[in-house]
Amino acid sequence: MASLPGWRDLPRGATILEPGSSIRYKTANWRVLKPVIDQEKCVRCRICWTYCPEPAILELDEPYTTKSGRTFKVTYTVDYDYCKGCGVCAEECPVKAITMVEEVR
Amino acid sequence: MGKLMPLSGNYAVAYAAKAADVDVVAAYPITPQTAVVEKLAEFVANGELNAEFLHVESEHSALSAVVGASAAGARVFTATSSQGLLLMYEIMHIASTMRLPIVMGIATRAISAPINIWCDHSDFMAAADAGWIMFMAINAQEAHDLVITAYRIAEDPGVHIPVAVGYDGFIVSHTIEPVNVIEKEEALSYAPKRATWFILNPEKPITMGSLASPEWYYEFRVQLQKAIENSKEVISTAFREFRQHFGREYREADGYYTDDADVVLVTMGSITGTAISYAEEARKAGLKVGILNIRLFRPFPEEEVFKHIERAKVVAVIDRAINPGSSFVGPLYSEMVVTAFKRGLDVPIANYVIGLGGRAVLRSHLDLIVKHAHGLSGKKMRDIESHYTFVGVRE
Repeated sequence: MASLPGWRDLPRGATILEPGSSIRYKTANWRVLKPVIDQEKCVRCRICWTYCPEPAILELDEPYTTKSGRTFKVTYTVDYDYCKGCGVCAEECPVKAITMVEEVR
Repeated sequence: MGKLMPLSGNYAVAYAAKAADVDVVAAYPITPQTAVVEKLAEFVANGELNAEFLHVESEHSALSAVVGASAAGARVFTATSSQGLLLMYEIMHIASTMRLPIVMGIATRAISAPINIWCDHSDFMAAADAGWIMFMAINAQEAHDLVITAYRIAEDPGVHIPVAVGYDGFIVSHTIEPVNVIEKEEALSYAPKRATWFILNPEKPITMGSLASPEWYYEFRVQLQKAIENSKEVISTAFREFRQHFGREYREADGYYTDDADVVLVTMGSITGTAISYAEEARKAGLKVGILNIRLFRPFPEEEVFKHIERAKVVAVIDRAINPGSSFVGPLYSEMVVTAFKRGLDVPIANYVIGLGGRAVLRSHLDLIVKHAHGLSGKKMRDIESHYTFVGVRE
């Protein structure tokens, strides 16, 4: 911990002077189970995106065509840098397209 | 220079907050503090004080609200007692480690159970380790003066620590005394409003009240400890300048007749007045009694205290609170023993607990204490059979 600043050099009262610095704090290492979205089953209802408390569900402007020929304009993926693995998305998904799988690091 | 008014301790505190031109007051009524915030509400309603008066639903919210207002750069005030202070306890630590210069009045009172609204130091002492600078006034004038001094200290760029001013419930809070009231212009020239601490500002965003994981937390606790230690110098300057502005002299601890005293009686709060009057009487009867009044409890002014006990044969420490199950019983006693031991003083230091839950403290009690303490002269600490005595309790 020698590289971190000592108490004399830290801003008073644990104040953080740089806005938005929390983005550098990757909370992914809290995760035990990780959500995996099955793009074939996903109906793009946006419920996972709405419920995610982080928010770590990303709505990408990437079209996707299922094997059965159905085309969606967007794709939902998980931001694995910040997803804490709470499982709310998997719980709320109406078509069971999200599975929580054991994290392997 | 000021004007003399007949004021209760509570009103003296309210007039001090008004003179300090506070911007935000948040409080919840509790006996014996209620009159402070009633008076402040009146000042705001009458247009005598331009402040935001927040009606909150509990003391937890009262202190939380002033934490928020202070973080936004306001000069803030709150007051409480007893159970209300205990409900603020969680936020007291947040205020101090966030280094917000909040000022609070505490009309000291016993804590439940059993329910008791009378004078006692249990609330003040329970809150003494929350990282605040803690003063105890002996009368209404002191309560008034210390609240104004508190802003000067808390907002000093080298301090940024909240300050609490205790004054005895009912005995000081409800007794009317002549008080030399400091006017706003005088108060602001002594304690100018300058928001030198970190302040929330949308133009320059910062984060306050952040999370600190194990590799960060410890440093901020050390910051607070070092800052409260270093505040001693600012406190002593604030007292010196108070005297220059207002003519009244305060010290961290004052001794009366301690130069040649055999027994030094250590007191806090209104008992000090009784003790001084007792000492004058006892000296006429040939008992060499000295009185040491502790005005500043945190940071504990060891150097100033030691000057008054180093020549004593016995030190008799009066506590108006107990720490059940501790090795020391009385909280002030623990400070006195450590102060003496660190400097190699080995005379009997005895603890006398008195006046819990508003039980009257008479000069005759003090006479019993001093005579008992006198009987310990010439002994060493290890020779004392029992280091504490409960005075005025039924067996």
